[in-house]
Amino acid sequence: MLTLTSPFETWAHRLPAGLKLALLAGLTLVLVPLGDLRWIGAAAAAVVAMYLAQGRGFAWHGLVMLRPLWPFLLILALWHGWTGEVQRGAVIGVKMLTAVALANFVTMTTRLDDLIAVVERLARPFSRLGLSPRVLAVTIGLVIRFTPVLFFRTGQLLEAWRARSPRRAGWRVVLPAVLLALDDADHVADALRARGGLD
Amino acid sequence: MERNVTHIALFAALIAVLGLVPKIDLIAGVPITAQSLGIMLCGTVLGAKRGALAVLLFLLLVAVGLPLLAGGRGGLGVFVGPSAGFLIGFPIAAFVAGLIVERWTVGIGIAAFAGAVTGGIVVLYVFGIAGMSLVLGKTLPEAALLATPFLLGDLIKAGFAAGITRGLARVRPGALLSRP
Repeated sequence: MLTLTSPFETWAHRLPAGLKLALLAGLTLVLVPLGDLRWIGAAAAAVVAMYLAQGRGFAWHGLVMLRPLWPFLLILALWHGWTGEVQRGAVIGVKMLTAVALANFVTMTTRLDDLIAVVERLARPFSRLGLSPRVLAVTIGLVIRFTPVLFFRTGQLLEAWRARSPRRAGWRVVLPAVLLALDDADHVADALRARGGLD
Repeated sequence: MERNVTHIALFAALIAVLGLVPKIDLIAGVPITAQSLGIMLCGTVLGAKRGALAVLLFLLLVAVGLPLLAGGRGGLGVFVGPSAGFLIGFPIAAFVAGLIVERWTVGIGIAAFAGAVTGGIVVLYVFGIAGMSLVLGKTLPEAALLATPFLLGDLIKAGFAAGITRGLARVRPGALLSRP
């Protein structure tokens, strides 16, 4: 499956995932309470420089990842343009973009297996509460496998519907799709048990 | 044990798939998707505990960088953006929806609708509005105003969640883990 890790391999990919996550948490905590536009501008400039240092393609990819934020920026622009507090709007908007871009940077430079390794390490203390790391790992694998299967099954049902009806299937397809998937899930549960189970 | 694990994984995948189905754009760029229908179904079908676990699992996979949120979003950035409150509210919404279906012994359709509305709308909006208020620097009533366009769609989704849960109870009662 596609992940959001950037295909442009850079030095930031080689930093340990745990270190990047810790830095991200620390920097976000510093960034969020900032209220002075100069400091926020400096932080934003630093993040932009960090993206550009990874190369042009990487920076462009980073910009594309920020695209879902534009409706919120539009709301901020209209709102603060109307109330006249333009500087306050800029503080909020630039801070939001910087915080999201910083977090995206970690996502873009860290491979999925490295992040899952961190999750397993963090989950280890919970094994005493009954959450075994093995069960967690199996479950993560199952979701990653189930998602395309479920998508494919739903697609099959939609095609079957389209072949028979001129109307759109819409939500009517959800129940049969869930039924098919539940059968698959039961078969997988049987298969897991047959191979020794998860306990 | 194995059955619980596969059902939780399945419903986590269901949330992802419902986020991928063709979306309707309310205002360009603000999608209404079926993703919150998945959250509601996790609660009403799996029950409080398993439903919340399925949603947590989904969020974990989003956090490690799989683009499973509606519109192909994902990664750590979404947890600090303006919609972060909704994401934090997701597992709690599923838990509340499940709790209502488990505890309220009226017909499954009514209980599922009540659960979907209470969990998937009331609880979820409380978290979502608080999150938008923090990130966008607005007061709570102002942030609530920004969430109202989604209310009608979410009410319709709660109706679907109730219908699907009732249908499932009829054809496959054993699969309804919220009402064992």
